[in-house]
Amino acid sequence: MNDETRDSSAGSARATEGGRFGRGAEPPSEDKHQFTVIGQPLPKVDAWAKVTGETRYADDLVLPRMAYGKLLRSPHPHARIVGIDTTRAQALPGVYAVIAGRDLPPVKFGILPVSQDEEALCRDKVRMVGDAVAAVAAVDEETAERATELIDVVYEPLPALMSIEESLARPEVRIHEYGDGPNVHKNVSLQFGDVEAAFAEADLVREDVFFFEGNTHLPMEQHAAVAHFAADSKLTLWSSTQTPHYVHRLLAKILDMPAAHIRVIAAPVGGGFGGKLDPFAHEIAACKLSQLTGRPVKITLTREEVFYVHRGRHPVLMWIKTGFTRDGDITGCHLKTWLDGGAYGSYGVASVFYTGVVNPVTYRMPVYKFEGARVFTNKPPCGPKRGHGTPQPRFALECQIDKAAEQLGLDPAAMRRRIVADPFTKTANHLTITTIGLKECIDRVVEASGWGRKWRGWSSEGASTAPSETSPRLDGAGEAGARKRGIGIACSAYLTGAGTAVYWNSMPHSGVIVRADRGGGVAVLCGATDIGQGSDSILAYLPAEILGLDPRDVHVHAADTSLTPVDLGSYSSRVTLMCGMAAIQAAERLKAAIAPAVAVKLGVETDRLVFRDRRVGVSDDWDKAVPFPQAVELAESMHGVLAFAGSYAPPKRAGKYRGGGVGPSPCYSYSACVVELSVDEETGEIELHDVWIGHDIGRALNPLLVEGQVEGSVYMGIGEALMEGQVFRKGLHKQPSMLEYKSPTTLETPEIHTILVETDDPEGPFGAKEAGQGPLLPVIPAIANAIYDAIGVRIDEVPIGPEKVLKGLELKRQGKPARVGPERIPIFRFKEPVLVESVFGQPADPVAHRPFQP
Amino acid sequence: MKTRLILTVNGEAYDVLVSVHKTLLEVLREDLGLTGTKHGCELGECGTCTVLVDGEPVLSCLALPVELPGRAITTVEGLARGGTLHPLQQAFAELGAAQCGYCTPGILLTAQALLEEVPTPTRTEIKEALAGNLCRCTGYTKILDAVELAALRMGVGS
Repeated sequence: MNDETRDSSAGSARATEGGRFGRGAEPPSEDKHQFTVIGQPLPKVDAWAKVTGETRYADDLVLPRMAYGKLLRSPHPHARIVGIDTTRAQALPGVYAVIAGRDLPPVKFGILPVSQDEEALCRDKVRMVGDAVAAVAAVDEETAERATELIDVVYEPLPALMSIEESLARPEVRIHEYGDGPNVHKNVSLQFGDVEAAFAEADLVREDVFFFEGNTHLPMEQHAAVAHFAADSKLTLWSSTQTPHYVHRLLAKILDMPAAHIRVIAAPVGGGFGGKLDPFAHEIAACKLSQLTGRPVKITLTREEVFYVHRGRHPVLMWIKTGFTRDGDITGCHLKTWLDGGAYGSYGVASVFYTGVVNPVTYRMPVYKFEGARVFTNKPPCGPKRGHGTPQPRFALECQIDKAAEQLGLDPAAMRRRIVADPFTKTANHLTITTIGLKECIDRVVEASGWGRKWRGWSSEGASTAPSETSPRLDGAGEAGARKRGIGIACSAYLTGAGTAVYWNSMPHSGVIVRADRGGGVAVLCGATDIGQGSDSILAYLPAEILGLDPRDVHVHAADTSLTPVDLGSYSSRVTLMCGMAAIQAAERLKAAIAPAVAVKLGVETDRLVFRDRRVGVSDDWDKAVPFPQAVELAESMHGVLAFAGSYAPPKRAGKYRGGGVGPSPCYSYSACVVELSVDEETGEIELHDVWIGHDIGRALNPLLVEGQVEGSVYMGIGEALMEGQVFRKGLHKQPSMLEYKSPTTLETPEIHTILVETDDPEGPFGAKEAGQGPLLPVIPAIANAIYDAIGVRIDEVPIGPEKVLKGLELKRQGKPARVGPERIPIFRFKEPVLVESVFGQPADPVAHRPFQP
Repeated sequence: MKTRLILTVNGEAYDVLVSVHKTLLEVLREDLGLTGTKHGCELGECGTCTVLVDGEPVLSCLALPVELPGRAITTVEGLARGGTLHPLQQAFAELGAAQCGYCTPGILLTAQALLEEVPTPTRTEIKEALAGNLCRCTGYTKILDAVELAALRMGVGS
């Protein structure tokens, strides 16, 4: 029914510009589940501004008397600061102010309360190339840059620790004085049930080692911030940030001023992917420089600076041991991860947990043990990038399952389908699974890709070399002799919003105010930040659906800490669900206020009223239905001003053990991915032909936007699998430019076939789950598995470039194990595990209590 | 050193006094207030700042205005005719081809140049034409769809 609704409305939405609204002649259907806005492929509310260049990003803002700022950054990966002399810089004509660390309050900060280890401008020590040490405000950018060159900094270089091994091997060189051991930021160990017993029961136990190289977000927009410390001593910061609320909180601490005097406005963000989730030096310096100069100050990072600011994907080394029965069931799993964290904490404590805790959500995994460690190195800090900590272990698990399937002689698609976790159950590590559409995702991609025809079993590696009729090469030419075709599959799960905030509190994670205007418009105020994913649109669609309006009647005002209720930020795929639920609650409260006023006017029972087509009335007497503006007037006459709040906080389901706060989510999305590719055995080049991705979205509130999120996730996964690497030499980024840091263009991006599966989750707004991160996860192992199918070489580390392919083929020719990947793991002692009972398979709690929901 | 130039942008003549080393990108954004043109690298690597000069795509971060007097410069602000969007803009909005929207102006102009030269391009031709414009949000799928749709509509309209 839902599919029908969507398809039929899709046609009319495209064909008739706003034709549905304003007619109002036809009585609405009694069917409460027939949506008018939900499920339609509507343009985003900001689409028009974005295609005309009207959207004003942070760097587009210009204020009268505005000064331009620049940061001076460390050229050393690790050094003591002996002295900073700004005299020459200050004397340069056109320079308004120069600051160093001593000019800021002596506090350290960090996004997580447990990792307060950053300084906007380093005082005593730099820990990476790119650490900011001073900042300048000047009449223009050029003058500011010249002034930074006139700042004299004396450094005393310290030994630089550039890898996990180095940092662990040199405990006498301390990057930070805190943590779980010398240069160990975090050391965690959790055990849910007896893994050794589970391995003893297994027919096959595999141990494998994998490495996932770090990579970066590479948003097209470089970070920018404009700060204005006004004459009334109040500060406004416009910034390309994904989390204005956290920036607001932290600015108060960093600048030592009342939060009540600070206003943070997130400008439309030109791509985030997790890279704009921390408070950054340029934001803080702009605020301080504005205070000192009495002028607005803008600082925009260069592309090179963005590479050093980073906070992207952690390089992770992984050891994984899993037991399987001969039918493919998992008896238990033990995972160890080592994360190269870089120079600061950032979200790293959460990142460590995320490398472990989400794995049991996908397949039935009765017993689980996870050990993880994040190690400091003298490199830009890693943090959250799309999928935060989960793509790495997903790569390990899905490649290992493929290897196990081969040993067991099982079809890897059928094996996965067999072991999919059960809906409305708990995992070994106390996470609650609600709906799970993974079996259908697998079925749909298997069918769409022609898996049954193309995958020819394990015995004939590289056998699928015949050109496929359904997937010709781009240029239409046939396969050359050296080109081998292959197909691979993988699956994944991801959270729809983190169940806990980054700082402990009992307040809403998201709040919305809906205010009705006498003209019939509705204003929606919410702290959510649109980073391109469409949160402003969701905030228009949901109230429009409930109030029977056109989304264009809804005005969304977002991400302004002075005006909008707090939303925690655009991360962890939380926005559609959490803002959506808050928006629904607020809109329903407005509706509940309007209805009695209209009921009095029409002389009918309140519960018979229908809100449709910008009118409020009863279905069988629709001619008398009251136009929405008049309904607002009636209600405002009855109640006074019509402004209603909605609040949302996730169900409290955190496991009752230390570390149980990372991993819970209202619901999980699921994805299955099949990749078909060719490998050139002479050059090692990999060419992707098609990617089929099935995604359990719960419900597609707007299928167009969901597809866009899925396609973007697949694309980003392809980049990580094949080419992207954030790598360093002697403290310096090896490729801090868009030319050298390879990312996929139109030519490397294959056709992406998106299949949406709807499961109508009880936790989501109208049943919706996330789409922005989960679909990235299975792409990377699906590619690695397809390469094995093509050429019989296992490449157990990403990115998988031609040189690794050729190395694997050479090993194969020599009769050695055809595997390229890490050979050893660090000598490292994890903590004694926290022993927790596995609750695998227990039913989900029948009623999930959500705070603020009646 | 500053020099006085007459630049023709979106059909309007602008009398500007600019430093000779300033790039077209900087002059458009900072002197003319045409902030629809974005910057992604300022090194000629990403295509974000693409504008048209006499109908040809040019990376404005590498172009110098002192070399461009008398040339017809088109930015994203010049694509719409009055209040009517260019078919490419319409298609990009309808099909969700702009997510964060930051690369969109450069891609629209590159696509416009393609459609001027090849009114009914194949998907491969569109991919090749846009290979110099990076987008990190969309996976390009909806962008290619939108260019195809615009080409179709423009073909029907002409």
